[in-house]
Amino acid sequence: MSVKQVSIFIEDKPGKMDEMTTVLAANNINMRAISVAQTDGFGIARIIVDDVYEATTVLKDAGYVNKLTHVVIVEIPNVPGGLNKVLKVFTEANINIKYMYAVSGANVSEQVYMIFRVDDYKAAETELAKAGLRVITEDQVPEL
Amino acid sequence: MERYYQEEIECAPREKILEIQNKKIVEQVKHAWDNVPYYRKKMEEKGVTPEDIKGIEDLHKRPFLKKSDLRDTYPTGLVGVPLKDVVRIHSTSGTTGKRVMGFYTKEDLDLWEDCCARALTAAGATDEDVVQVSYGYGLFTGGFGLHGGSQKVGCLTIPMSSGNTERQIMFIQDLKATILCCTPSYAAYLGETMKEMGMSPEDIPLKAGILGAEAWSEEMRQDIEKTLGIKAYDIYGLTELSGPGVAYECSAQTGMHINEDHFVAEIIDPNTGEVLPDGTKGELVFTALDRKAFPLLRYRTRDICVLSREKCPCGRTHVKMAKPMGRSDDMLIIRGVNVFPSQIETVLLNNGYQANYQIIVDRKNNTDSLDVHVEMTPEMFTDDVNEITKRQADLVAGMKNMLGIKAKVTLVAPKSIERSEGKAVRVIDKRKI
Repeated sequence: MSVKQVSIFIEDKPGKMDEMTTVLAANNINMRAISVAQTDGFGIARIIVDDVYEATTVLKDAGYVNKLTHVVIVEIPNVPGGLNKVLKVFTEANINIKYMYAVSGANVSEQVYMIFRVDDYKAAETELAKAGLRVITEDQVPEL
Repeated sequence: MERYYQEEIECAPREKILEIQNKKIVEQVKHAWDNVPYYRKKMEEKGVTPEDIKGIEDLHKRPFLKKSDLRDTYPTGLVGVPLKDVVRIHSTSGTTGKRVMGFYTKEDLDLWEDCCARALTAAGATDEDVVQVSYGYGLFTGGFGLHGGSQKVGCLTIPMSSGNTERQIMFIQDLKATILCCTPSYAAYLGETMKEMGMSPEDIPLKAGILGAEAWSEEMRQDIEKTLGIKAYDIYGLTELSGPGVAYECSAQTGMHINEDHFVAEIIDPNTGEVLPDGTKGELVFTALDRKAFPLLRYRTRDICVLSREKCPCGRTHVKMAKPMGRSDDMLIIRGVNVFPSQIETVLLNNGYQANYQIIVDRKNNTDSLDVHVEMTPEMFTDDVNEITKRQADLVAGMKNMLGIKAKVTLVAPKSIERSEGKAVRVIDKRKI
């Protein structure tokens, strides 16, 4: 059910994000979502792409160290309290969120999509489904 | 079973070795006095004549020879034979100043190749072996030295030289090379390249490596042994003293036997010049006993190490030198503390990183800064920022522990640190002192 996110090591220097995304662009890879964790000295770019295998292969060939991480993508109604409803599910199941970010979403209208990195993604998926929330599968990523 | 190239001398009793050394030193001092005016002048300044040197116990009476003497007499001022009898030269790259040259008569070359043949045989080589020599051929001594030694043993010798890594791997596979001779950093690079090509140690027939010409740590040895599936043997030499083969490792892999029938080793206090007893750490000093073209006497190597006369299980009786902690040239003095790149390498390898690093020393507001650039590896990368930061802090703590001073650790992209295919550039010192 869960989706695999690609995390990429990025040096803390001008032009490094540019270089990495140039590799993706040159290989015609579209990012559905991106978030960058930045700390003193280095960064981690986290991206959601349609074809994880293709993305990791071209990145590796270009010399980028990367890792796959399971994340949960949830469909959320674009109304006040929409996100809060999802977070309540996590709280009740005692699921800890490491970080979260949104799908850039070209077609944001009634629904938005949030990406969650949690300590137990399997439990998160079960609880979300029980609460009647839609969790996105890997095949559905291109539709985001 | 331990193999020897010249068993009689390699395993000779101590008295026999001393007898050879005493006989040769008298001849060599006389040779230098008669044929090299610079030596005669230096000895006269110290009030010593050849008659004062009756054996190696009198060696301490002789003045030292330093690298600056080689520079002062550049290029041929220390050559001990007419140039028509010199058949070859080799030279250092000259990265730390003026080039240092070595000169060889036909016989000098022959003896040098014997030393390399001993090293190869100690690593298990026989005439059944295929030796790939991936040291640079040319002015550098590595290529020609091991090449000559390999031919003496009767091995099929591939004069590969350095560079073109994928072709190197192809030759190893196609010609079933069993022994690889190159620098440790190049061996590590070959291993990395193999991994990238999806190959494992089982895919290549190599069983041993003879690696030298730069300082490397025990941890780096284990790393190379694992990635290439070989036993990695250290070899030591200096261009001034002929090249690789001055000392070499045996199957015990606990230090390098110095070819004492050709070289006398002493350990001195680098500050006072006082000769120190075996087992004490100090600067290594060599006297070449039978080199006629370039008869170096009491030459200070600037290498810091320890000699050991403990009995070696391999059966050889020649003194062993520990892996040099680093050349005193490589030693950095940072905030008054002596730092060797090999210490930093040890910390990296102990913490799961590879030996791909660069040390950048600078001085700001009269304080030295030490920045160690370390390449991120797939094994050490994770999506968790805190985990990476923690591993980074572990490195800083490890270095503080090892060096006694604080270093900054910067994580950089894989392969972003320049790899020369010969010696790795480990240190950039930006201080203007």
